[in-house]
Amino acid sequence: MSRHSQNGPIYEVEGLVIDLYTPTVSVRAVDGAGFYVAPGETLAIVGESGSGKTVMTLGPLGLLPEGVAVDLRGTARADGKDILSMSPTDLSRLRGGFFGVIFQDPMSALNPMLKIGPQLAEQARRFAGLSATEARKEAVSLLARSGIPDPEDRYDRYPHELSGGMLQRAMIALALAARPRVLIADEPTTALDATVQAQILALIRQIQKEDGIAVILITHDIGAVSVLADRVAVLYAGQVAEEGSAIDVLTAPVHPYTRGLLASVPDFRSDNATGTKEIPGIPPNQAQLEPGCRFADRCELVQPQCRTHRPPLVKVGAGSVPHRVACPVVIAAEGIVTHD
Amino acid sequence: MTDAPMTDAIVAKGLKVHFQTAAGLVRAVDGVDLTVAQGAFHGIVGESGCGKTTLARALIGLQSATEGQVQILGRDRSDWARSDRKGFARAVQFIFQDPLGSMSRRQTVGQTLEEPLQIHGVGDAKARRARVAELLDLVALPATVLDRLPRSLSGGQRQRVSIARALALSPQVLICDEPLSALDVSVRAQIVNLFARLQAQLGLTIVIVAHDLAIVREVCSAVTVMYLGRVAEEGVAKSLFADPAHPYSQALLSAVPSPDPRIEATRPRILLAGDPPSPRNPPPGCRFSTRCPVVEPRCRETEPALRAVQHGGAAACHLADANIHAMI
Ligand SMILES: Nc1ncnc2c1ncn2[C@@H]1O[C@H](COP(=O)(O)OP(=O)(O)OP(=O)(O)O)[C@@H](O)[C@H]1O
Ligand SMILES: Nc1ncnc2c1ncn2[C@@H]1O[C@H](COP(=O)(O)OP(=O)(O)O)[C@@H](O)[C@H]1O
Ligand code: SF4
Ligand code: SF4
Ligand SMILES: [Mg+2]
Ligand SMILES: [Mg+2]
Repeated sequence: MSRHSQNGPIYEVEGLVIDLYTPTVSVRAVDGAGFYVAPGETLAIVGESGSGKTVMTLGPLGLLPEGVAVDLRGTARADGKDILSMSPTDLSRLRGGFFGVIFQDPMSALNPMLKIGPQLAEQARRFAGLSATEARKEAVSLLARSGIPDPEDRYDRYPHELSGGMLQRAMIALALAARPRVLIADEPTTALDATVQAQILALIRQIQKEDGIAVILITHDIGAVSVLADRVAVLYAGQVAEEGSAIDVLTAPVHPYTRGLLASVPDFRSDNATGTKEIPGIPPNQAQLEPGCRFADRCELVQPQCRTHRPPLVKVGAGSVPHRVACPVVIAAEGIVTHD
Repeated sequence: MTDAPMTDAIVAKGLKVHFQTAAGLVRAVDGVDLTVAQGAFHGIVGESGCGKTTLARALIGLQSATEGQVQILGRDRSDWARSDRKGFARAVQFIFQDPLGSMSRRQTVGQTLEEPLQIHGVGDAKARRARVAELLDLVALPATVLDRLPRSLSGGQRQRVSIARALALSPQVLICDEPLSALDVSVRAQIVNLFARLQAQLGLTIVIVAHDLAIVREVCSAVTVMYLGRVAEEGVAKSLFADPAHPYSQALLSAVPSPDPRIEATRPRILLAGDPPSPRNPPPGCRFSTRCPVVEPRCRETEPALRAVQHGGAAACHLADANIHAMI
């Protein structure tokens, strides 16, 4: 846990605002949010679909939805360098070598027309600077490392010849081929079965331990967060509602949305299981946002000032990993000590 | 859930669904016996491709069976559907995973809900409007959605519309294929609570195919665990989950992470190697033998039959009830 205090952040985003314009609507997908991740650490970004997890994490790298006009403001640094002012060529080099991305759908990363192995080798040659022979060896060893049985044989297979779980492993191998320092996994297990999910999460954890890289896990699956994350940022309608260590956020949540989210997830191992308590209502329409707290319409504790003032993220508790919460109402009502 | 059931709502015997494909015979469902008690909330779980959807579709006749019989509410399903198609359709309804797939893109929510009433000639226009209002109430949707197109609704709202539509003709049995999978966790809780409420309020029998084991444990009265076209284990949901007898059920449950990282950091885990084999060529003997952590030589020769186990249900394993945490 204290790794974070030893190493500064390797990827850091602050005050990010992302507006997306389609011919019919404009959406504020990210609204003054930020996060950071240090080497050797796993940050989970949690939130419902549409809350802005993907856009916030990948947007600063220039990976944005296609066919949509984008206005992006704020600061983003990778290894201390400002990436928002980089030239497109520098940014694309950084994306290929510094960041590795695993998507929910493996076929969005793999070329269906090419054999698996050569795709990995090409990546290793380009970004890790290996010769053709070295790259082939590296590709086979990456396949093996990603838990693909008989990697020599799988090297010459096409994507459609692999099962869903194997394809996910192949994509992880592809992301690792460039020897990235930040691995971003966007819903890496959502489409997989429970037993295969467990295998993939174990694989990501093992890679992270061995390579000491930073991992960002984007997910709405609290179980996956609990398996992998050191720190958690909870996103609601484009804003960070709460962030802190996984233990603090998952076992002592403060923000009413985080509490509601966790109460809706049953745990059949715990004695104080909450069952399936639901949060009433739905997230706000991000095309017509009201001022104030984004959660106000669904919050049992809402006060008049919640609807007029945006609640600031305030540091609570004195743990070594900062725990921040954007809800002055609970902080005051429960007499939670703040540190800012 | 409710009082002791009078009859069983669904009884399937020796059900097989095989598909002839270019690459060979696919044994999607390969000899399933299933009993769903009246008033039960019955969950069907198992990995992708194990035959859940095919089984659910075969129960209601959306998919013809290669072998076996199905009785619904005490009547032979094929006879009933043949001799009284509308009566059968009123009594038994199916909900698809993708709510949009079962709705017309151009119909408003109001039209979508009224259509089954019209087809079955229920009441006059006024009575039908009243029924539609009642249905919206049942699934807790505001009247303002009546004029909207399904596409413009959120995933949870759409699923409510498809549930309301399935309830329009007051069915006794509802079969749902993964009605939760496409939904976010907090919305999942809303919909699953809606199912539980409807089930209690209307005395429905619900069969639900689901991926989310924690939710099945929470809301279902009974559960069937499938593996590669067969039933691996069945029983009362809470008892089976507390004390799974089949190594596959044990592994499946073990794979579900706890949302509490303190529990997650310390609990023992069973990680299965590999993916399930293809239903094109299931292994001889026990179908789980290629991945089973406690496989024995006899497992590869003799297929285990379902037999009674400690939790009161049944499991198809030669070593049922052996605790594999202790063995591996
Ligand atoms: N019409 C078909 N023709 C050929 N094979 C089929 C057909 N329908 C299903 N199958 C095969 O039968 C097996 C069982 O499929 P089914 O859809 O019932 O699985 P499932 O348990 O519902 O999976 P999932 O969890 O992915 O929905 C699979 O191997 C599938 O590929
Ligand atoms: N291609 C797109 N066109 C228009 N809006 C989009 C597009 N992709 C994402 N958005 C909007 O941006 C917001 C955040 O999306 P996203 O980052 O994908 O959320 P998440 O990853 O949390 O599900 C949502 O309001 C979503 O509707
Ligand atoms: S700021 Fe107000 S509306 Fe927002 S979460 Fe806190 S109490 Fe609820
Ligand atoms: S019968 Fe044998 S292989 Fe099959 S589940 Fe039981 S122990 Fe494992
Ligand atoms: Mg996303
Ligand atoms: Mg299915």
